[in-house]
Amino acid sequence: MPAMGASPLMPFQRIELDGVAAAVQEQFGSGISLERGSRGVVLAIHLKEPNVLADLSKALFWDVGCSFGGLIVEEHADRWRLCYLFLARGSGWVEVVLEVPATVQAVPSISAGVHAADWFEREAEDLFGLRFEGHPRLGDFILHDQIWPEGVAPHRKPQRKSVNVHQMQFRRRPNPDWRPLLVVQDPGSFAMPVGPVYEGGIGESLHFMLETVGEDVLRAVPRLFYKFRAVEKIAEGQGVSDVLLLAERFAATSSFAHSLAFSLAVERICSLEVPKRATNLRVLLAELERLRHHAGAITGICESTALAVAASQAAIIEEELLRASCKFAGHRYLFGLNTPGGLRRDFVSRDFETLIGAVDRAIEDLRELEDRLHFTSSFLDRLEDVGVVDPSKARDLNLVGPVGRASGRGHDLRRECPYGGYDSYTFETPREAEGDGYARLRVLFQEAYASAGLIHQSIERMEPGPVVALCESFIPGAALGWAEAPIGAALHWIRLDESGIVERYRAITPSFNNWLGFHAAVEDFAFQDFPIILATFGLSATECDR
Amino acid sequence: MSFWFWHGLKKGVRSTHYPRKFESAAGVSPGRPVATEFDSATEAVLAAANCPVDAIVARGSAAEVKLERCIYCQHCHYGNPHLLEWNSDYEWTMAALGPGKYQPLPGAYHRSLHVMVVDAGDCGACLHEVKQLNNPLYNMHRLGIFLTATPRFADVLLVVGPVSENMRVPLLKTYEAMPTPKRILAVGACAINGGVFGRAFMSAGGAASVLPVDLLVPGDPPPPLAILHALLAVTGRKNPVAQMASLEGNS
Repeated sequence: MPAMGASPLMPFQRIELDGVAAAVQEQFGSGISLERGSRGVVLAIHLKEPNVLADLSKALFWDVGCSFGGLIVEEHADRWRLCYLFLARGSGWVEVVLEVPATVQAVPSISAGVHAADWFEREAEDLFGLRFEGHPRLGDFILHDQIWPEGVAPHRKPQRKSVNVHQMQFRRRPNPDWRPLLVVQDPGSFAMPVGPVYEGGIGESLHFMLETVGEDVLRAVPRLFYKFRAVEKIAEGQGVSDVLLLAERFAATSSFAHSLAFSLAVERICSLEVPKRATNLRVLLAELERLRHHAGAITGICESTALAVAASQAAIIEEELLRASCKFAGHRYLFGLNTPGGLRRDFVSRDFETLIGAVDRAIEDLRELEDRLHFTSSFLDRLEDVGVVDPSKARDLNLVGPVGRASGRGHDLRRECPYGGYDSYTFETPREAEGDGYARLRVLFQEAYASAGLIHQSIERMEPGPVVALCESFIPGAALGWAEAPIGAALHWIRLDESGIVERYRAITPSFNNWLGFHAAVEDFAFQDFPIILATFGLSATECDR
Repeated sequence: MSFWFWHGLKKGVRSTHYPRKFESAAGVSPGRPVATEFDSATEAVLAAANCPVDAIVARGSAAEVKLERCIYCQHCHYGNPHLLEWNSDYEWTMAALGPGKYQPLPGAYHRSLHVMVVDAGDCGACLHEVKQLNNPLYNMHRLGIFLTATPRFADVLLVVGPVSENMRVPLLKTYEAMPTPKRILAVGACAINGGVFGRAFMSAGGAASVLPVDLLVPGDPPPPLAILHALLAVTGRKNPVAQMASLEGNS
């Protein structure tokens, strides 16, 4: 593993595609074949043998310096297709494709080299029954062991076409004796359970075991997927417009970003050219969502430290932004706007004036709030040096979004892999090196200001014109779409058949990525810091669970 | 630290006067589609065909709305020909068993109602809107409504989300731990009939398939004031509105 060096805030370095190709060609020349990628992917590395997979992934992640995007498992009639996504900063997505016959039940695990792949493999094992050889802990992930028996693989295609997983009666055997796995074994040690219903239910459903020996909590690993609704499976066999409704509604606090990533994927499949005005409007709406989300996250942080006045003022800012969104776009969470090809409605200049007024007021109030927070020592004491994720760990666990950026990562898809016209905008991606709760708060404030700047830019360059390009026909195939959601990188991948029916839909969400790394922030901390660490991470369980 | 005190005072009282006065600030509610009269039956049928969740029903030349099914995709609001009229209110809580079939909690609860929220697979929006009720603009404390952290103190169970399989047991346990009398609210399209998730192998298709729901709050998500209206209806301080169709018709 390369050392991070003295300054963790290394400047933005582009990874050239030729360099990636040369590096893997030299090391794995005979075991792989390279191909130009298409539809969102710039380079495809096809593996001839499964046994080079682990080394190749490790080399891409650590030696070449790519970040890990996620794993897409696809079941075809005769074979499994596993696609591992890596991001070559500044150049685009690189996919490593492994195809094995359908009879194969085990593939090598890459988690030992790429720690960020851990949960992706556990997810695939639970849902597809595919074993990852060398993975230390499979099972009891999405399908909780106290409810589901082993050997159920609900995401697999049924043997007969007439069988529908949604009507199947699984042999569920609730096991009242099930106990979570505890690691701390010491006389006097105990575990404090939190969740799945806690904070009066206002907290999202998830579960923690705080393992402690008294005052200090030694570890707290989240147990998620209480909210798993199998969005990817529900989408199968539905039309694009129905799946768009799903993509928009599985994580409402970043619904516009997800519907945008989904629409971008469909546009790549249909080779649709989105009109200029729609591109600008999408930037505006996505940044409005980010601004609102961050105001909400700041409210959460103030609440977690019991700073009542600040929490109330931040909550007012958030509610005012929700109202402004509703007044502008007709929905408080920006539902029903995106469509493949552009937007479903247009706006007039009076709408923009009202919106910009509300945004400016919100920014003014946020600046005032930030000024006061910087001078509230009791508040800063609760945030500083709390829940620290140092830059090397953030890199190791591939943290994305504001959480990653507070730990020195420059990961921002708007800049590293521009989409939807972002390359023509100027904006700052704030970064901090400390990786503590305070750094995460500062990043949230800075990003909120940057979003307001982007909203201004987008309104200034608004040109008259159409807002939607109609999709005439679907060309069967798969494509990747991505967007920088408020919490981080969101990837949506779909495969369509010739009539526009979704064969496989995959949503890789930033919360999934960051929950995986959450345990790094909760090692050896005091009980009262737990809500603060949770709030500064600002993760969403529903976005992770899907 | 005293500057926070001053800061708070300076900002003044921002709370809404609802339910004493109707809140009409822009953006408090996305509104709702309402029954619309068209020129011909064909147009009404076309308007109904716009809706991906069958929330619009053509009856003669009129298009009627089953609001409890509406997922706010806005297909009937813009973009298509044959649009429906929208109004901008937020009082649309319905009795689950039909008009007049709801028994409010007795008077002792009027100014002291404790609410337990269970997130049964919600997308975050409904939960967020419930949370907004605690912010100074809505401030439901002033009406004697409180969120409680334990089911033992709760009078109302507020369910959001389509009831995911992994949350079924925690939801039932919460319900069983609550003392009687108790009332159950299904908040949002997902909690009413599963919404976009419907009935699937991981989604029970709404709270009503697991628990005896008393009141429905349509919306995706219902805005904070619609949820507040429902909480006031629990104790009879407001009345549920008439419903377009019975819940049985949804499943």
